[in-house]
Amino acid sequence: MSENETVVNITVNGQPVEAKPGEWVIAAAERAGVYIPHFCYHPRMNSVGMCRMCIVDIDAGRGPALQPSCMVEVSEGMVVDTTSEQTRKAQDGVLEFLLLNHPLDCPVCDKGGECPLQDQTMAYGPGESRFVEEKRHFEKPIPVNDLVYLDRERCILCDRCTRFADEVAGDPLITFQDRGDQTQVNTFPDLPFSSYFSGNTVQICPVGALTAAPYRFKARPWDLTEVESTYPNPMGDRVVVQASRDQVLRYQGVDSDAVNWGWLTDKDRFAFEATASELRLHTPLVRGTPLGRLDPGGSELVETSWGQALSLTADAIKAAVADKGPQSVAVLGGARLTNEDQYAWARLAKGVIGTDHVDAQLDDGLPAEGVLSLPRATINRACTPGGTVILMAPDPKEEQGTLYLRLRHAIVNDGVQLIELTPRATGLSHLAAFRLHHRPGEAAAVAAALMGGDIEAGPDGDIGGTPVSAVAAAAAAIANRADQPLTVVLGRPSLAEPADFTMDAVAELVRFANLLSAGGRPGIAFLPALHRGNVLGALDMGLAPGLLPGRITLADGGPALAEAWGSVPSNPGADTRGILQAAVNGQIEVLILLGADPLGDFPHRELADEALSQVGTIVASDLFLNPSTVRAHIVFPAAGFAERRGTHTNLEGRITGQRQIVTPPGTARADWAIATELARQLGADFGFGAPEDVWDEITRVAPSHRNLSMEAIDASEDGVVAADSSIAFTPPDNATPVPHVDAYSLRLVAARRMYDRGTLLQHAPSLAGLAPTAVLAVNPYDFDRVGVEPGADVQVISNAGEMDMPVVADPGVPRGTAAFGYNYPDLDVRDLVDPDAMVTDLRIQTR
Amino acid sequence: MARLNANSLGVAQEIIARYPVPRSALIPLLHLAQEQEGYVTEDAMAHIAELVGVTPAEVMGTCSFYEMLKREPVGEYMVNICNGISCHLLGSSDLIHHAEATLGVRPGGTTDDGKITLEAVECIAACTEAPCLQVNYRYRNRVTADDFDQLVSELRDDTAKVASHGQLAMVRQHIGDDRRAGVSPPDGQGEPAWMARNPSDNGDGS
Repeated sequence: MSENETVVNITVNGQPVEAKPGEWVIAAAERAGVYIPHFCYHPRMNSVGMCRMCIVDIDAGRGPALQPSCMVEVSEGMVVDTTSEQTRKAQDGVLEFLLLNHPLDCPVCDKGGECPLQDQTMAYGPGESRFVEEKRHFEKPIPVNDLVYLDRERCILCDRCTRFADEVAGDPLITFQDRGDQTQVNTFPDLPFSSYFSGNTVQICPVGALTAAPYRFKARPWDLTEVESTYPNPMGDRVVVQASRDQVLRYQGVDSDAVNWGWLTDKDRFAFEATASELRLHTPLVRGTPLGRLDPGGSELVETSWGQALSLTADAIKAAVADKGPQSVAVLGGARLTNEDQYAWARLAKGVIGTDHVDAQLDDGLPAEGVLSLPRATINRACTPGGTVILMAPDPKEEQGTLYLRLRHAIVNDGVQLIELTPRATGLSHLAAFRLHHRPGEAAAVAAALMGGDIEAGPDGDIGGTPVSAVAAAAAAIANRADQPLTVVLGRPSLAEPADFTMDAVAELVRFANLLSAGGRPGIAFLPALHRGNVLGALDMGLAPGLLPGRITLADGGPALAEAWGSVPSNPGADTRGILQAAVNGQIEVLILLGADPLGDFPHRELADEALSQVGTIVASDLFLNPSTVRAHIVFPAAGFAERRGTHTNLEGRITGQRQIVTPPGTARADWAIATELARQLGADFGFGAPEDVWDEITRVAPSHRNLSMEAIDASEDGVVAADSSIAFTPPDNATPVPHVDAYSLRLVAARRMYDRGTLLQHAPSLAGLAPTAVLAVNPYDFDRVGVEPGADVQVISNAGEMDMPVVADPGVPRGTAAFGYNYPDLDVRDLVDPDAMVTDLRIQTR
Repeated sequence: MARLNANSLGVAQEIIARYPVPRSALIPLLHLAQEQEGYVTEDAMAHIAELVGVTPAEVMGTCSFYEMLKREPVGEYMVNICNGISCHLLGSSDLIHHAEATLGVRPGGTTDDGKITLEAVECIAACTEAPCLQVNYRYRNRVTADDFDQLVSELRDDTAKVASHGQLAMVRQHIGDDRRAGVSPPDGQGEPAWMARNPSDNGDGS
């Protein structure tokens, strides 16, 4: 009999209420529809009883007494009265106390109009203050970091922000300081609250003490309109988008129990600034002369009409198909679009043009078919109390911020054991039960040993750089908890090595999966932590070579889809690398870039550069001009997030809705409409008049999305999760051999940081300056070996190139390894990575 | 500004080793830092944060809570004159005025020679001996103006036999290895030895 099934009967204001054992009185009352006013209580954090606002009459058998309802657990027969005279008087008194030092600057306060303190004073508080003395004074807003301001005079010391920093984000860089009436929230002097999650403190602050720089003085709450939507990141964080006068002004996290629990990363929360950027594309552009005349070989991009741009594109595609066949047209990108956009482009490319040279990932993810063939986990499965999570991905704190928060909570509070199988430490390392930091590229050997293979030490007495004893202990820990779910967070841990190494490791995990699922055990499932907004939707919608919409291969799904579409490509196409290589060989005539920047993102920049110069016609659909799209011949301005509606798929395969609240700039259109219009010009009528029409067709033709009606998605608070694919996992033929590293070199790991040179981020003024400058991180013990001093400017040499940068000590980087960011704004790691080698070894020397 | 010096660091490590969880050593280490410099410097707080595995902000939070941990330089001797009700009735206000005149500073101030910091404090729990004061937290009872002058001259020529500010005791506590309680590994895996239950004790009192 599980604890959850028992019920505690209490009475709230005379009504019988069924509460859960261990539930706080305030939570039970709220579920029963009785709101108890509060400031410090937050359902996603521990109760502290700081503000005393939630005191109500609670009778647990010894007569009614005032007790804080956020600190008292329900008990059988408890009687709660939230309306008694005593309660009312207490609430009145608490509010008068809270207002003693609270300034009455509501008219100039950003929180005015949506302020719990203001609202509750109106509802429960005294009309007047008897306090005539001087209120306490602090310097008016001080920055606690680059994004958040703190007004300590307004603070009521509820402990929400400091608790969030400590309990949720794990960055306790703001604390209560001093004592008594001088107590204040502050940072350590000159040590800012540098957390990726600081914006959440602004959202949960019950007064106007914490305000976000990008929103300060921009709007009043009563002028805002809002819609609930899904932020386009791989987590699919639920947000409320708020706008005023057709401009997005704020995102607030929505507490979706299955996904983000109300939290957002600062990067996502403040990226709305880019939407309103002056540099957004608003009109179609084509090649022309500096004076604006059309000229296919012109040096400039000049404004033109949609009709012109579309017919030029259609002509180029027709000519290419007639000349060199459909496979001379290729499509890159699309990972930032909605499912509907992706489907329309996929149908255009595969059903109308007939090319399978389509890839949404720019060789910086994992093979699409491999990802789809794995049993998919949900975030809640990964966070099941007592379960095990294997992290085989880049640092979730840097790339999947809210997943980091969910995993962190599960490890700290629910006893989930984390086994880190990564080439370097991550933001979760200090919480991991086992840290198996392998040499770059050698995950497969550790994975095999971990899952029950032979634990056999290599020549140096280790497995892939990991101590044998640690691997054995972790393997035993997995076996111990085999009756609990095992979830693998899977991604590309380093962009300095091919995805093959990761897939080799996956093959080992899958090989032993049967052992784990034997006897009705929950077995193993995967959470693909890939990069870019709706990349999982792109894979589901067939924006990948060899795949069709609905998580099905070209071979399996082709015949069925050919009936709906008319035709499907006869041969599987190439991935991004193959497409760019084909372009270099002169086989690609038309290259369509869907919000893609191969020059900025593809790991082999020279190849991308040469490919772009070889292609006859480059067509781009994007929000901004980026290094690749400035070289395009035809550019379509696309509608971005909050400017179009549609659906989004997160890393679980969870489909949720995105809604429109502002109009796109200029004549920008949603991508599904651009694809539909192009198809019409190519002689195919999709019959799409709205994104709902596209979704309707998806639910008819995509096997994994059958019956996922828009009504069902909208009806469920947390969306719906698509069905697993029928594709079987195909293990790689041979494990990729890993070259031996010599004694004088360090093997490179390159992964993304949260703040980077990304186009969207660089167009958000508040975020653009946050990207760190490039440093090479090396284990402290390696400095002697390579003969340099920590902090020194060094020359870093690989067989692909060399560059100068400072080298810093980082105990999170294993010995023999060097870590570098993939996307620093100032230095490009791709200058060091040899795209044809399996690994990159660096030598360091003083200049 | 100074971090803990080599000597203090050795003591700090001994103190940390006494506790099952390093962060428990936070307050003793703050005293240690105060003993070294006469007050707790920001660098020392940052250093302590590194030693016990918390953030400097958390150290600051703890340090700023306690009046006796000074975050600004103070004199070698803290003279805290009680202004509680008993002392007040028996003339502590006069004593404070006398002290101000003698030392030339207001409460909270430090004499120019850096010897003495004067503070007027709330009740220090020696009402039977009112008016009373503390010199670096050592009591002086039933203090008259003459007693005070005598005390000041002794402090000025260092004959008062009072340890300088921050030093908690003349003899440092030292717990030898043979007498130290067993403590758990720092990861918190397993209970500290002194909490661990006897394996034969099955918890039902049998």
